[in-house]
Amino acid sequence: MAQLSADNHGLRLAVRYTVLGLIALIFVFPLVFMLMSSLKPDAQLLSDTRSLRAFLPVGDISLDNYFDAFRRAPVGLFIFNSVIVTGVTVALTLFICSAAAFAFVFIDWRGRDLVLTLILATLIVPFETIAIPLLLIASKLPWLGLDGLTYGWLNSYQVQIVPFIADGLTIFLFVQYFKDLPGELIEAARVEGASWWQVYRRVVMPLAGPVLATAAILKFLVMYNQYLWPLMVVQEERYRPVMVGLQYFFQLNRAWGEIMAYLSLITVPVLAFYLFLQRAFIASIASTGVKG
Amino acid sequence: MTSLRLLATSIAITTAMSSATFAQTTLTMWYHGAGNEVESNIVNQIISDFNASQSDWVVEMQSFPQAAYNDSVVAGALAGNLPDILDVDGPVMPNWAWSGYMQPLQIDEAKIANYLPGTKGVWNDQLYSIGLWDAAISLVTRKSYLDELGLRVPTLEQPWTGDEFMDALAKAKASGKFDYALDLGTAWTGEWYPYAFSPFLQSFGGDIVDRSTYTTAEGVLNGDAAVEFGNWWQGLFNDGYAQATQDPADRDNGFNSGKYAFSWNGNWAALGTLDAYDDVLFLPAPDFGNGPKIGAASWQFGVSAASEHPEGASAFIEFALQDKYLAEFSNGIGLIPATASAAAMTENYKDGGPLAVFFDLSEAQALVRPVTPGYVVAAKVFEKALADIANGADVQDTLDSAVDEIDADIAKNNSYGF
Repeated sequence: MAQLSADNHGLRLAVRYTVLGLIALIFVFPLVFMLMSSLKPDAQLLSDTRSLRAFLPVGDISLDNYFDAFRRAPVGLFIFNSVIVTGVTVALTLFICSAAAFAFVFIDWRGRDLVLTLILATLIVPFETIAIPLLLIASKLPWLGLDGLTYGWLNSYQVQIVPFIADGLTIFLFVQYFKDLPGELIEAARVEGASWWQVYRRVVMPLAGPVLATAAILKFLVMYNQYLWPLMVVQEERYRPVMVGLQYFFQLNRAWGEIMAYLSLITVPVLAFYLFLQRAFIASIASTGVKG
Repeated sequence: MTSLRLLATSIAITTAMSSATFAQTTLTMWYHGAGNEVESNIVNQIISDFNASQSDWVVEMQSFPQAAYNDSVVAGALAGNLPDILDVDGPVMPNWAWSGYMQPLQIDEAKIANYLPGTKGVWNDQLYSIGLWDAAISLVTRKSYLDELGLRVPTLEQPWTGDEFMDALAKAKASGKFDYALDLGTAWTGEWYPYAFSPFLQSFGGDIVDRSTYTTAEGVLNGDAAVEFGNWWQGLFNDGYAQATQDPADRDNGFNSGKYAFSWNGNWAALGTLDAYDDVLFLPAPDFGNGPKIGAASWQFGVSAASEHPEGASAFIEFALQDKYLAEFSNGIGLIPATASAAAMTENYKDGGPLAVFFDLSEAQALVRPVTPGYVVAAKVFEKALADIANGADVQDTLDSAVDEIDADIAKNNSYGF
């Protein structure tokens, strides 16, 4: 009987892992295709798409597409710009939005619920509807920088960062997470004489690892994939991010191998960031049910 | 004393040189060629030559990827951030001029008297833009295919009639040698549709809008000729001659790998085809009753309305109108030089050159797309209508709807000033 049960367990495990393996393959296939295609000349790449060879490093394999991609566009600059814009935005977003959520959840002030409702209402406003007013505002805003006081934020990093620091979704994530924290912790800290800043800094944020990871990954993806806004506000190549840079490769006679090489290169920071926060992200999903 | 004089002279010279340097005014320029190394190198060479040729102006360029260029210009205009010089796709120019993004060119028009008609961007009787090249489409095939199918070689003087063209497609299909008889390039979306396919409509006798008034599409896009065109267009797909939905890889490589007997494609793809076969023919468009037509007008240079130095911007554009630059562009990226004298300087377009036929096609068959600010909307409506018809939509209903949409846009914009 015990033998039968062990056999069943083994069988179930085998089936489970087979199914999970197949699902994993489905998700991995596009990445493998992209990577393998980036190593092949265009003619072979196109002919291989009709068979499993598309997923295998076979035929005329080389790094030529990568060298050509770097010749066609300043790939390193684009990745650098995107990493800077995305990194700074994510860091500022985590701080500003968590602080805002902290105020909404733990501090009692007049109009709190109304303001939170208004912030959550912004979730249903597509960015495209506010893009042009935002452009008009950004083109006239003052900035105090190394050149002194200047007007107009176009062609800069700040114009790609500042408008996206505060967002309703991230505040919502923090609010939901903070609501589940034991209130006794905060009360005890307050009774001990901790200021609100100390409660935020030393009590709440150390417990917020999972939601920080979730918010960071979601924000990272949104910022890294930015296209419309940088297209509107950045005319100088030196500030261009990766997604606008991708258009460099869509000429009339497309070089598919170079496109795949470029995509492989710009995927690296995304994968690295996700892998870095993977454990906390999964913990967050498991504990809050938030989906990415 | 001598030392003092020497010092004073040095200071004077240095100051004078600095003044000369500072006296130069910077002109900004936006260009759509980012990612195209050859094209960018040629533009940079022109800029470098211009900057060195005089001491009044210094041109500085920002390159944009083509797919993002128009949106960037519109955003720049909204933000009051346009450059002095910009380039513009020919059919879009009237919209940008009407929208106040551009101002008329201040160049000596005698210099462009012998330019191909499609290279001149004229709106409201004023020259707003000028192109160093044009593009043209031909029906690409192989001599061996025509011989095998028993078809005559059409010429500019005697192009195929519509019936001859359909007979060619039928024979190609019946041969069983090809996946499809005709590669229309339906994998390419956007401007390709009106550029490549509206000439068929015009050859049938219709058009995207009524060019006599530019205030309606009624009668020209849904009249008898247009419906005849629509039925013909739908028949190409229903009868299995062409694909309504095409794999982009087939568009890029299908004809060169023997999948199609004919390909409706532009001169920019011609060099690749010449590499693939040694008996390539670039045939003129067929005549469906109102003359054979192909599209015209490619990218052109103009001056933005925001420029405070239109004389400098125009001076740069006039400088660029030299045959040697026209020839360089042509040799570099395969485009048709705007003048016959420049064509004679090129490998591909000189008399007897492998692409010389495209220059003749541009001269003989080219018809610019409707010169109206409303074209940018009408073009999208036209594209959708053709895609719908290709996928089986009712021809008359679809064209009627397209007319309603175009007319509504024209009315909403007060007839675009017509």
